[in-house]
Amino acid sequence: MASKQPENSLLSPESDSQRTLYPYVTGTSVVALKYKDGILMAADMGGSYGSTLRYKSVERMKPIGKHSLLGASGEISDFQEILRYLDELILYDNMWDDGNSLGPKEVHNYLTRVMYNRRNKFNPLWNSLVLGGVKNGQKYLGTVSMIGVNFEDNHVATGFGNHLARPILRQEWHENLSFEDGVRLLEKCMRVLLYRDRSAVNKLQIAKITEDGVTISQPYSLKTYWEFSAFENPAQGAIGSW
Amino acid sequence: MFRNQYDTDVTTWSPAGRLFQVEYAMEAVKQGSAAIGLRSKTHVVLGCVNKANSELSSHQKKIFKVDDHIGVAIAGLTADGRVLSRYMRNECINYSFTYESPLPVGRLVVQLADKAQVCTQRSWKRPYGVGLLVAGLDESGAHLYYNCPSGNYFEYQAFAIGSRSQAAKTYLERRFENFTDSSRDDLVKDAIMAIRETLQGETLKSSICTIAVVGAGEPFHVLDQGTVQQIIDTFETAAEQEDPATEPDAATGQEAAAEQGTAADHGGSTDEGAAPMDI
Repeated sequence: MASKQPENSLLSPESDSQRTLYPYVTGTSVVALKYKDGILMAADMGGSYGSTLRYKSVERMKPIGKHSLLGASGEISDFQEILRYLDELILYDNMWDDGNSLGPKEVHNYLTRVMYNRRNKFNPLWNSLVLGGVKNGQKYLGTVSMIGVNFEDNHVATGFGNHLARPILRQEWHENLSFEDGVRLLEKCMRVLLYRDRSAVNKLQIAKITEDGVTISQPYSLKTYWEFSAFENPAQGAIGSW
Repeated sequence: MFRNQYDTDVTTWSPAGRLFQVEYAMEAVKQGSAAIGLRSKTHVVLGCVNKANSELSSHQKKIFKVDDHIGVAIAGLTADGRVLSRYMRNECINYSFTYESPLPVGRLVVQLADKAQVCTQRSWKRPYGVGLLVAGLDESGAHLYYNCPSGNYFEYQAFAIGSRSQAAKTYLERRFENFTDSSRDDLVKDAIMAIRETLQGETLKSSICTIAVVGAGEPFHVLDQGTVQQIIDTFETAAEQEDPATEPDAATGQEAAAEQGTAADHGGSTDEGAAPMDI
């Protein structure tokens, strides 16, 4: 115990093993949008271990209570920790047994507080979260990052989804999308991510939440096409390429 | 209420299964000046009679805003009431901060009741000597609750607490079936008239009563004296015309109510068998 700093200070070497410094098993993008009856959310089922696509059946979207759906990218173990926090939150909410229940807005704000407070202690939960839901006819879609940045919008995404999916959504999203159009739009985004994000795997789920509840689809794969002529012999015209 | 050997400590039961200290705390509520509350589907109105120690002093504050959607009127030890209001404000603001959503009234009331219960089960504490009429709005509609020093709480369509509250209760009992669909203004008028009942002959002026409203789209606020006086003036003039007709009614009404009153009352001083908090 040669260290001069008290053990419970988070900045001494001994306590470094107590806080998150880098993520280990991570999930990639989550994409979500509001449609006519509620929220549609998509995420693939990959858990990467650095550059290895190690786990291929990770469920990154989970229902929360009666009214919300949570999708997460980033460290999978931290996502599991968040699910435990929310489980306890919903449990206490149910124990009141009084006809009131926490809606997606309340859950989103609770998560924001948790993420921001952890960030302030230099011990973040290494996730970007997407929280969607419907309560009393009101649709809600928001996101929180590991540093506590939070906002609501008609369509949100995490990670690479922000760069590849959001531009597509900005062009093609409109109010009152039908379920089929919404799924088609999400699949378009996920296909682009599959082509261009190296941590994406071709096994995804689409979840929907409406006033009636949550449905998470069975895992399925997207059709891909690799025979584009531009991809054949791509180095042909390149000078000085290796 | 008789002085006896089981009433020194709140943690001592009497052989009849009563906690006298708690019952004495409820007496303190009955001695305070009157407070009334009534609700419709969309609004809740609180009213109270303002007592001042002397003509030179200001009135005691008995109605507190707890949040935009909740307010409380107290009767009894106003100091205890102030402390509990501060607790309620704290709970509301903490909930708002964490969830960006107003605290459901029912939950606040349960937390308040649990806080009061603690004081009935610790030898180093005493029960809070204040009754609270909690008025609030949330997703499930308009609510009016009464919190006792005993730690019990009840939801009401209309209620009155404090001294001479029986007169107001009688007035409210006669009309409460209409309150659900009452308009906001009619509700306020009924509140002022219920207050008038507790004054028993004293002239009703806006300086001796306080009225507060909370409703859908209307955050909790206390009505200013001018507005209240205007409403009083509208029915004082109508009442002058009706006076000869209403007087005999009022007399018989009071007698019938007195009988009803002892049965419906919490039973403290008049009914020796049942303990108040059993109801």
